[in-house]
Amino acid sequence: MNLIILKPNKENLHSYLALGICLLSIGFLDIFSSIFLNLNITFFLPSVISYLSPLILSALGLHFIRIEYSGNKTLDKINKNLNSSNFNAIMSLIVIFVLIKYVPPLLNWTFFDANFLGNTKEDCTGEGACWVFVKVWFNRFMYGMYPNVEQWRINISFLILLCSIFSIFILPQKYKKYIILFLLFIFPVIALNLISGGILGLKWIETGAWGGLSLTFIVSAFALIFCFPIGVFLALGRRSDLPAIKYSSIGFIELWRGVPLITVLFMSAVMFPMFLPDGTYMDKLMRVIIAITLFEAAYMAEVVRGGLQALPRGQYDAAKSLGMGYWRMHFFIILPQALKLVIPGIANTFLALVKDTPLIFVVGLLELAGMIGLAKTNPKWLGMAAEGYVFAAFVFWVICFTMSRYSQNLEKKLSTER
Amino acid sequence: MNLKNFQIEIKNKKRLIPQVLTLLFIVLGISYFAFNAQVNMGNRGIAFGFGFLSQEASFDIGFSLIDYDGSYSYARAFLVGLLNTLLVSAIGIIIATLIGVTIGIGRLSSNYLVAKFSEVYVEVFRNIPLLLQLFFWYFAALRALPLPENAINFYDISYLTVKGWYVPKFIWSNFSIFIYSIIASIVAIIFVSKYAKKQREEFGKHIPSFYLGIGLFFTIPSLSFLFGGVTLKFEIPVLNQMTTTIFNFQGGVSIIPELMSLALALSMYTATFIAENVRAGIQGVGKGQKEAAASIGLTNTQILKLVVLPQALRIIIPPTTNQYLNLTKNSSLAAAIAYPDLVLVFAGTALMQTGRAIEIVSITMGTYLLLSLSISSLMNWYNKSVAIKEK
Repeated sequence: MNLIILKPNKENLHSYLALGICLLSIGFLDIFSSIFLNLNITFFLPSVISYLSPLILSALGLHFIRIEYSGNKTLDKINKNLNSSNFNAIMSLIVIFVLIKYVPPLLNWTFFDANFLGNTKEDCTGEGACWVFVKVWFNRFMYGMYPNVEQWRINISFLILLCSIFSIFILPQKYKKYIILFLLFIFPVIALNLISGGILGLKWIETGAWGGLSLTFIVSAFALIFCFPIGVFLALGRRSDLPAIKYSSIGFIELWRGVPLITVLFMSAVMFPMFLPDGTYMDKLMRVIIAITLFEAAYMAEVVRGGLQALPRGQYDAAKSLGMGYWRMHFFIILPQALKLVIPGIANTFLALVKDTPLIFVVGLLELAGMIGLAKTNPKWLGMAAEGYVFAAFVFWVICFTMSRYSQNLEKKLSTER
Repeated sequence: MNLKNFQIEIKNKKRLIPQVLTLLFIVLGISYFAFNAQVNMGNRGIAFGFGFLSQEASFDIGFSLIDYDGSYSYARAFLVGLLNTLLVSAIGIIIATLIGVTIGIGRLSSNYLVAKFSEVYVEVFRNIPLLLQLFFWYFAALRALPLPENAINFYDISYLTVKGWYVPKFIWSNFSIFIYSIIASIVAIIFVSKYAKKQREEFGKHIPSFYLGIGLFFTIPSLSFLFGGVTLKFEIPVLNQMTTTIFNFQGGVSIIPELMSLALALSMYTATFIAENVRAGIQGVGKGQKEAAASIGLTNTQILKLVVLPQALRIIIPPTTNQYLNLTKNSSLAAAIAYPDLVLVFAGTALMQTGRAIEIVSITMGTYLLLSLSISSLMNWYNKSVAIKEK
């Protein structure tokens, strides 16, 4: 009741402002002293109230400075964004207090107390993170067990990939389709031969040695390239009016969508070799890529189906009235429009694919997360799990966040165009 | 043969040939693989069959909800794994929904800090692969917890240590009567709400069925304590000194770190997607709906309960069902940190011991498939019941 009587308004603005800021400062003083100086300045109160005292004091302070149309721009802004009601005030305070409590230790661990110099674990003398670990193992984290002198081959492959993707954006429309055809059909062959070697005097490097972040990209790039056409055909099959084709597509799609990727990888590791003719051997990485491709193709099919369904019926009718057959209609009229609609969906599928690649550890392939698992069990570098996983999380976060922002922008752009 | 019949014949052929080819391709493919499998299994001297399920498993499982040791059969081991999968999925779904709804509403808050905090949460946890989050919790965060002798103490009844989280154990007597009383209370609540609806629609009488329901839910089970002979005791974990340096907690229930980190990672990761669904759902309800509801004099709670939520739920539920399914499927990542779930127990240990790759992998995949299909059909049924009924 008291609070309602003490309703601040424009007449007594200054006194309330002073009172509110005073209470707010006491509250913050309390929280700062208890967090940084380990000193509870409200020790004389009962324990529960003492524990909540910063919150209560600051909330009271915020209540007093909640003055509508005070004329002070900063105050109005604060009130509007942080302090529009008692509930909002308490929520803001909780967020601020949590930040005050947890951000400084986190920053200390990551930067201020961390060790960057040196080459062995013994160089890590500070309290914080030992980034020396990441520095020493960086090459392994990126390239796995791939021999150091041959790593230029991976670099060149990715350079070609980046250049051709980049040229899609700058080259005129006329050449774009050649670049895309190059990426879809010629690039995989070049990259595979370059990285694995065995021809043109390049040293043969078995896939077991591939690893690190580059393996993540290799697996996801190949799986994306292969799953795309399969996905398109499955989507067309699912919308076909021929029952046998329709139901086998549905069955295929729902089968893969209903099981976890890890069981699919298990299948590729232990069950698939049983299905091959006696005596034939298929490379482990190849089996993994096939498994992930089939798995992602089912998701891709659903994305493409969304685009097919979104197209108005008139497009189909118009194409048919021009006398086009099924394939001509789909390749020249329907798919170009439908695929353009689902570019964000395809980007999201690719994002999910990249996030799923660490799972290939179950068949013994070591990409980034797997290499960290290996490095942290090295007797010279025990106890470095946190550094390793934080580094991997950061790398993946940067990649995925950029891609998700890109796909969101694309979504916005495409939705305004329509 | 006249022209029309000829045309129909051509059309039929056009429809028939691709279908026959597809079916032929599928049948040939399957029989090719089956033939190879038979040859391979013949070479290894194993015959296809599910008889191994009744054999003695002779391996131990670290964490089990039902009685299990090495002397039980493989089928029992399968059941243990399945129950562990369901347990972690259920825990994950509950926590993920709580966090997701909170964060989703938080993203729409007028409070800048809360909205920003929620956004950062979503962007951080959504863009880090689940496996890495799982490894982080298991190998880094939970390994940093104290040893049992320095356990983090929650009011002397529960202790958090590096070996797990020890919570009090409920010891029930006449537990079945308690369950019956809960079922009775649920039946009573359904009856009351039906009656209240009828009264409201026919006579315009308002019966506070919600509060009555809450009352019933607590009174009937508590009656079972008074008259049904149900008793509940707590067994609180106690710190014991095993040797001079080794301490351990005894009694109570120990929630193993594998379960904790798996539940944490799954729920925090899935919560981001649920949060986005919730946000999209609430934003999807047009502003005009709220204004219209306010203009006919509904209170804020009524607007939320009668106008916004029913429409938002319709948008939220289908994608959220998908997320629940994803969570259940992602729980198979347990294999990475040795939580004994279906994949680790069955497709891992049991497969290693029996070598029956085809049977075991297909049972495992079939189980997940069945799980997914049943959850999705259940949710489809619910979805239909809340969908707009066009007249």
